[in-house]
Amino acid sequence: MAVKHFKTADFVQTVGNEPLVMVDFWADWCGPCKMLSPVIEEIGAQYQGRALVGKVNVDEEPELARQFGVMQIPTVVFLKDGKEVARKVGAMPAGVFTGVLDQYL
Amino acid sequence: MSYDVLVIGGGPAGLSAAVNVRARGRSVLVVSNPLEENPLWKSERVDNYLGLPELSGRELLETMRRHAEKAGAAFRDGRVVSALPSGGQWYVGIGSDMEHASALILAAGVARGKKFPGEAEFLGRGVSYCATCDGMLYRGRSVAVVGYTPTAEREAEFLRSIGCTVTYFRQPKRCEIRGGQQVEEITCDGVTQAVDGVFLLRPAMAPTDLFPGLEMEGGYVKTDRRMATNLPGLFAAGDCTGGPLQVSKAAGDGLVAGQSAAAWASEAARKGRTT
Repeated sequence: MAVKHFKTADFVQTVGNEPLVMVDFWADWCGPCKMLSPVIEEIGAQYQGRALVGKVNVDEEPELARQFGVMQIPTVVFLKDGKEVARKVGAMPAGVFTGVLDQYL
Repeated sequence: MSYDVLVIGGGPAGLSAAVNVRARGRSVLVVSNPLEENPLWKSERVDNYLGLPELSGRELLETMRRHAEKAGAAFRDGRVVSALPSGGQWYVGIGSDMEHASALILAAGVARGKKFPGEAEFLGRGVSYCATCDGMLYRGRSVAVVGYTPTAEREAEFLRSIGCTVTYFRQPKRCEIRGGQQVEEITCDGVTQAVDGVFLLRPAMAPTDLFPGLEMEGGYVKTDRRMATNLPGLFAAGDCTGGPLQVSKAAGDGLVAGQSAAAWASEAARKGRTT
């Protein structure tokens, strides 16, 4: 599966060993999140094996959303060696996200 | 549902665009604030619109709206908060919902990009432009709504209904948002309130906030003679493209943008059929 659905319980363990991670915080009542969803899927497929692309449903995993201080969705957070290096807020074209991934690959 | 053309803004430019998209046999959705929130609504008399003198702004708007409805345009109240091109379509976020179309026409009037101190810095860290989109993340917390339209007051009511403590600032001239990692307080026209979130609800998003990379000229959206912007499939009409800020000019712009967007959609449909 190109895009992983993160859970609070296994987030640290899953992300800990990954050099580069992109996390999309979303909810099913959020229009802009629905717009972004195919873009995230596409990036997940494109970067498979090079970066871990995943999603967090903020309703199902409010604790993760709180940990990352997510106060608007969609928010996409980039983690390099487990540390946040960039964050993009709002639905944006794929190039904005791939630009960040390419910078840290 | 998918439309050929989606028009952002329901004033003279947007309505004229919608009529002309329908005249070319294409489907069109107009997304706008309620008609009575259009600035023209308050004009007591408009005397330079050819052939229809001595009408109030309200009468002119209602006449134009009826015309567009009769032409078969679809309408939806709401504020467009995001737009994203993907796979040959424009996806448009309207509050917490979404629509998509082959071509877009921006006809949302004059919306300046000038921001309050702290606004850009705390975007996504407590600053939001859409209560129905992000309200759920603030359940049980204290928020400020900075509102410039009656619709904003309804959005404040929505926030109260989901358990937010709301401080409402009605059309303040100056605000400043402060905090550390996230928003902690806001001051509007000398009144300071400690809050976890700030909802800035202006009548329309600034064009460059809605469309990153959109070319501007002298504070207005730059278009060519077909009312095309530099972004593929995005056209613009009316006051957002520059002066004179008059109804006749807006209606003319709308006609050109409507025809151009309809042609764009026809071409997209033709390509879709042949590939």
